[in-house]
Formats: sequence, C-alpha cells, structure tokens
Amino acid sequence: MTALTLKNVNKSFGDVHVLKDINIDIEDGEFVVFVGPSGCGKSTLLRVIAGLEDASSGEVRIGDDLVNTTPPSKRGIAMVFQSYALYPHLNVRKNMTLALKQEKQPKTVIDERVAEASRMLDLEGYLDRYPSELSGGQRQRVAIGRAIVRHPKLFLFDEPLSNLDAALRMNTRIEIANLHAQLSASMIYVTHDQTEAMTLADKIVVLRDGRVEQVGSPMELYNNPANQFVAGFLGSPAMNFLPADQVGESGDHIVGIRPEDLVVEGDGPLQAQVRHVEELGGDTNIVADLSGTSVTIRQFGQFAVRPGETVSLAAPESRRYRFDGAGQRIG
Amino acid sequence: MNKARSNPLNAAAMHAALILYTLIALFPVFVILINSFKTRKAIFREPLALPNADSFSLIGYETVLKQGDFFLYFQNSFIVTVASLFFILLFGAMAAFALSEYRFKGNTLMGLYLALGIMIPIRIGTVAILEMMVATGLVNTLWALILVYTAQGLPLAVFILSEFMRGVSDDLKNAGRIDGLSEYAIFFKLALPLVRPAMATVAVFNMIPIWNDLWFPLILAPAEEVKTLTLGSQVFIGQFVTNWNAVLSALSMAIIPVLILYVIFSRQLIRGITSGAVK
Repeated sequence: MTALTLKNVNKSFGDVHVLKDINIDIEDGEFVVFVGPSGCGKSTLLRVIAGLEDASSGEVRIGDDLVNTTPPSKRGIAMVFQSYALYPHLNVRKNMTLALKQEKQPKTVIDERVAEASRMLDLEGYLDRYPSELSGGQRQRVAIGRAIVRHPKLFLFDEPLSNLDAALRMNTRIEIANLHAQLSASMIYVTHDQTEAMTLADKIVVLRDGRVEQVGSPMELYNNPANQFVAGFLGSPAMNFLPADQVGESGDHIVGIRPEDLVVEGDGPLQAQVRHVEELGGDTNIVADLSGTSVTIRQFGQFAVRPGETVSLAAPESRRYRFDGAGQRIG
Repeated sequence: MNKARSNPLNAAAMHAALILYTLIALFPVFVILINSFKTRKAIFREPLALPNADSFSLIGYETVLKQGDFFLYFQNSFIVTVASLFFILLFGAMAAFALSEYRFKGNTLMGLYLALGIMIPIRIGTVAILEMMVATGLVNTLWALILVYTAQGLPLAVFILSEFMRGVSDDLKNAGRIDGLSEYAIFFKLALPLVRPAMATVAVFNMIPIWNDLWFPLILAPAEEVKTLTLGSQVFIGQFVTNWNAVLSALSMAIIPVLILYVIFSRQLIRGITSGAVK
C-alpha cells in the first residue's frame, strides 16, 4: 500500500514559487529522506505534508485519503522538530500524553503507550522531569517519544539531529534507524546532511530549488546520478568535476570522478601538484591542483605525501561520469 | 565573563547608586508611614521624627475607619484595578497573538493602529467619554472605570506583548497543532505561559496609574457607593482644613494592596520557565 502520494504539488508564497510540481510516492514502511541544500524547499514540503502549510495546488494523499483540507491533528501523522518544541511547562509524561488526551483515548491506552515509548527510548527515569532539566539528547528522545505514542501512519522528522553534537548525532542516528526497524512505520526525514541521508534512507529524494532532481535508493543515486547536482551533492568528499580535455577526453563535456576513484600511480597519465593533505588515520584526503582545477583524492590507509610534491594519477575509464553543459548525465 | 562586572570597585559604585536611588524613592513613603502614627501636633512640630511614646497616636486610622466607608472604597479600587488588569491582559495578549501569528491583509496597519493609543492621552477624550457613559447609563458604575482603564491600557499592552509573542517558537505552536490543540488552546496553554514575564511587566505598568487615578473616578463615578480609595481619601482634604492624620493613614493603607499585587506579579517576572523550551 502507499503511505503517501504527492501529485503535482505546488506551493507559492506570494510571487515566490517554492515548490514546483512535486510528484512522490512513498510505500508503507519506507524510510524516505528529503535532502538538498538550504532553501531548496524540503522543509516547506514537509510542512505541506503535515498540514502546517496548504499546498497552492496539487494533491496530498496519506494512505488512501485526500488530506489537502484536513487539519494536521487529523492526518494521522506525528512530527519531530529541529528545535524539539517540547512544551516547557509540562513534564515529560505530559508532553507525551497531550495529543492522546486531546484524542480522548482511555487512560489505560495512554499509560500503556507511554510505558512502551519510554522503554524504547530509555526515558523511564525521566518521566516526571521538565524539559529544562534534560540534556539535548534526552530532549530529542522525548520529542521522538511524543511522536511514537500517537502510533501515527507517518512519521515526519524535520532535521532532528542538527542541534546535537557530532558524537550524539551518530548515536541518535542509529537509534532512529533501530526505531524504524522496530516500528516498521513509514517515515519521512528532512536533512541537508548527505551522510544522514545515505545512512538512514531506503529511498532518497534529492531536491533543488523546489524541484525533485532524482529519487532512488542511496546506492542507486551514488552509482548512477542523473545529473551533475546529484553527483556533487551525494558522497563525501564531493565528486571532482573536470573539463574533458584535462583528463584526456575529446569534447566539451564535463567529467566527474569520485575522490576514491582517483588513484595515485607511479605511471598515471595525470600530473597534479599537492596543495593540502588531510590525514585521518584510516583514510588520507589529498587536495591537489590538476592543471588549474582543484581535485580531491581519497586514498585508503595512510599515505606519505607532502604539499608541493607532484603525484601521478589515474582515473579508470569505467568509473567516470560525463555531464553535458546543462549538467545532465550523458555517460 | 564581563570584566566590568567582576570589578569590585565598579560593583560597589553600582550598588551605592542603586541604594541611593532606593532611599530617595522610599523617602516619601517612609514619611507618610511614620507621620500616620503621630498626633496632629507632632506631625507639624517634627515631620521627620519617628513616633515616640508622646507623639504616638492612632487617631488618623480611627478617623478613617469611622468616617467615610473606607472598606467600600477599598473594595471598589480593588475591583476596578483587578478587573481592568484582567481585561487589558486578556484582550492585549489575544490581539498580540493574532498580530504576530496570523498572516492577513492589513496586519501591520492594524498593529500600528492599535499602538497609536500610546501617543494620545485618553484624558483628551474625557468629555466624549462622559457623554458616552451618560448615554449608556454607565455613569456612577464601576464598569465605567473598568472600560476606560482597559481602553487606556490596551495600546501599550498590545505593543509590548506582540513583540514577545513573536518570540514564541513557531515549532512549539506547530507541535501543538499537530497534537490536536485548537488555536484557543494554543493561545491559552502554550503562548500565554511563555509570555508570562511580559504579562507581569504590562500588569505592573498598568496597575499603579489605575490604582492612583483621581481623574476618571471624580468625573465618571463620584457617587458614594462607587468611590475609589483615592477619591474617598479626598474627603479629608478640605479647602481650608485638611485632616492630615486621616489623609496619611488612608494613604498608608492604600499602599498595602498594591504592594501585594506587585509581589505577586514580580514573582512571575523572576520565574524563568521559558528555559529549555527550545534549544
């Protein structure tokens, strides 16, 4: 069954056209990540799905129901906000139960669901605390708990990890992945972080300027990007883009080579001067100058090279991506 | 840490200035209080002396409690002040919420219009107000005062509160919408508790002028049964003779309720419940 269908969804604020003809289908139980640079409309799209903004035109269906005019609370969704948005004057338990009380659920159901959610999220000892007495990670878990207790058809996450520090971010990412496995609910997750997108998603939707650039599984998008934008956005460090003649091809197209596909070889055909070396222990990232264009080379393991040295590079033919002047993939 | 703040010399100077200001501000209150406990002669002989065995007298308080219906005046003032504050805060906060939360045509214009009253003193309209009160039959009722004070307090209340309402996180309000709270519930349960410190400020700003006002009670409600405390105290001030004992005692007692209200509101000012709402 389909959990969410968007059909030709448009959204304008006055003259500003923020979402342009969005068409997306999300299957039951799928974890879908909307990713794109700031201002691409991904958060607006989430708010349209949630019902916090009305779509200017087009259809929003959750399950089989057309919900364009349904208020947020009746859409069977739950949302986790970037700023957590916990009610500051209510304790953790009341934060989690407010929606259920609004739905007039019986007390036994409410208690059961709170117990279930707090066990899942390790919040059992904190139910009587106020949000101000919790750490950032705990607040985030309460916000997720508040979503879980509602048993929604669709979870919406709006950049939930961007207020957490790096170590906590990784832990919470794993928790969210586990949660998805346990609940097998449909989830939509908005982020600008391509690592989060790659690690969490069953399906990634790449957005730019209010348009869907490409939809697919993380590896599909990584191995087979439809255009230069998607190729450059996914993968870290980002893909190198070089004019065709610099890498020994004829034509005026652009060649994209991922940093790990640029190999340092004694007799490689490309000569580059090393500018900067990042040694991470497990990997070594080399930033080098290839006839005027800066390229990043990712070497696995430790690699002794110093700025100023010249390295010879090879880029296997099979690992090259080619884009035309408009950024479309041509090979 | 700010360097100026940790400098002991600066701290001392700052405290000295604050203490000096406190003394200056409290001095008239102090003089009223000590003199209210003295005989009439002692008040004029040595106005700054503390009451002693010789000069101590409760004659002023006795006069006040016997003459004139002091407790009724007291009650009237209290009803007028509390009711006016209630309406100012309720309508002010509602208008502020609407202005800051909803996008509608003429939003900015409406905000400006509502704030216009800050610049125009309401007393300019006294004659018109009196005519209106007469026409509606509200003269010599407490409602006349409550309505006028509410109108007088609203502009500043809307102005201050809409600034604070804008500071209430959108995510929080949206979380409420997703949890199924109605717009009214969002206003009362989420927005109001978060702007409580601002509401307390507005309440304190409005309370004192309303409590002390003589102008409107004199014009709109001079009848015996609706007299406010300030107006009621005037019976002791005559054109030729003033009963200072009674005036000072009445004023001393008039301080108490304002003080209590102030303590209630300032506790709200201090309570920092907003921390932890959003990071």
